[in-house]
Amino acid sequence: MASVQTHTTAPAATAAKAWEPRIIGFLCYWCSYTGADMAGTARMKYPANVDIIKFMCSGRMDPELIMQAYAKGADAVMVLGCHIGDCHYMVGNHKTMARMPLIRRVLGDLGIEPERFRHEWVSAAEGAKFAELVAEVTEQVRKLGPLNWPQKMHDSGVGHGMDLKPWGEV
Amino acid sequence: MSEGNGNGKKKVAMFWAASCGGCDISLLEIGARVLELIKIADVVFWPCAADFKYEDVRNYPDGYIDYCFYNGAVRNSEQEEVARLLRQKSKTLIAYGECAVDGGIPSLANLATKAEIFDRSYHSSPSTVNPQHTEPQEITPSPYGDLEIPRMYERVLRLSDIVPVDYLLPGCPPQADRVWEAILALATAAVPERNDMVKVGCTDKSVCDECPREKKLIKIKEFKRPHMVRPEPEWCLLEQGLICMGPATRSGCGALCVKADMPCRGCYGSSGTTEDQGTAMIGTIGSLLDATTEEEAHRLIDEIVDPLGTLYRFTMASSYLKGAK
Repeated sequence: MASVQTHTTAPAATAAKAWEPRIIGFLCYWCSYTGADMAGTARMKYPANVDIIKFMCSGRMDPELIMQAYAKGADAVMVLGCHIGDCHYMVGNHKTMARMPLIRRVLGDLGIEPERFRHEWVSAAEGAKFAELVAEVTEQVRKLGPLNWPQKMHDSGVGHGMDLKPWGEV
Repeated sequence: MSEGNGNGKKKVAMFWAASCGGCDISLLEIGARVLELIKIADVVFWPCAADFKYEDVRNYPDGYIDYCFYNGAVRNSEQEEVARLLRQKSKTLIAYGECAVDGGIPSLANLATKAEIFDRSYHSSPSTVNPQHTEPQEITPSPYGDLEIPRMYERVLRLSDIVPVDYLLPGCPPQADRVWEAILALATAAVPERNDMVKVGCTDKSVCDECPREKKLIKIKEFKRPHMVRPEPEWCLLEQGLICMGPATRSGCGALCVKADMPCRGCYGSSGTTEDQGTAMIGTIGSLLDATTEEEAHRLIDEIVDPLGTLYRFTMASSYLKGAK
């Protein structure tokens, strides 16, 4: 199974440093990644808060990976793909598009703010749009503050066992 | 109850933690085969069916119990203490049923905080009258000494969040035939003596694999709930607009619900290809929508009532996010 690698640092160690938003960007190879590449080659400036993960198609991006990214410490997730009609695989991004409303609803029900999930179409020519998007999402997340799911899980005892308080010898 | 290991029988225990009690009943559902079971095994702890005290278990030597079936999620300090005690006293610990394996329905409580649950249960629900705002206290002083009750935890946990588990036997409840197969496999050492969270009594495939219904490759035009329609026989329920968890659910049940015109509720947990049952289903549903624009997809998705409770009905504690923020 595919897996997202993000922070492996212990939660306590990350809290000590000044917090910076950490955004995981799932970018399709044919358009959005090339667009991001263009932003780089054109020397456009954008915040270094996004970690890009390249996918062959945004339609291939399993929603599981979005959850995994939050669970492992991402503050926000971006999913970028080709504009409708431009998909290299004809209908890959139609599947991405159809999945978005349910993903948004589930994330909302889980208490994750809508600003922490962004889905946009970025073509290979839209380097500037990519740079603006990263800046915008970074600013929004900075205002919201850290999501810090691993710390939350740690505090509520998930995966670590609880401090065993005997409730009395019978 | 036998003394020592003199009679050569295996020693079996069953414990009921945060669950409905259906698991205890499902073990009896093996019917007359229970007579075969007691030929090969002695019950040394089963609070639901026989009079054993925790003290009896504490007095057993470590590793005394051969097979311990622990059903139910871990919700409070008593359940954690017994989980640790049974782990110490058991050679093989089996998480029995979906609550112990994946959190089950109790883990939907992870969508609310402990404070919210207490408020609802003891103050704000319409049927509650509690003018003194009484809430359960861990320690209550009394003339006869302090009275203690177990502490409820902030979250519902799986058994494997607390102690190492050898086998997982999923299902809500596990089907009797699968339970019997698993017991025989354990008794005849057809599965390794000790293992790390191997799923038994199920397969690695999905419920669709066992489902007799036919797919017509027709996309979903509207979502319906089971009480709203009488589904057409022999046609995939998901394509008929009923949210059937079959594609994301481990098989083993024999597709019982779908054969009875009811969509799969996902009670055997995630299938072998994914760890997060709900997101696997999000992907599946997304691919099946009859929508050419995001607005159309939105309109269809808005028809789904309680997506979180539907997609993670049995596996909230096993999902990546484990609960709400």
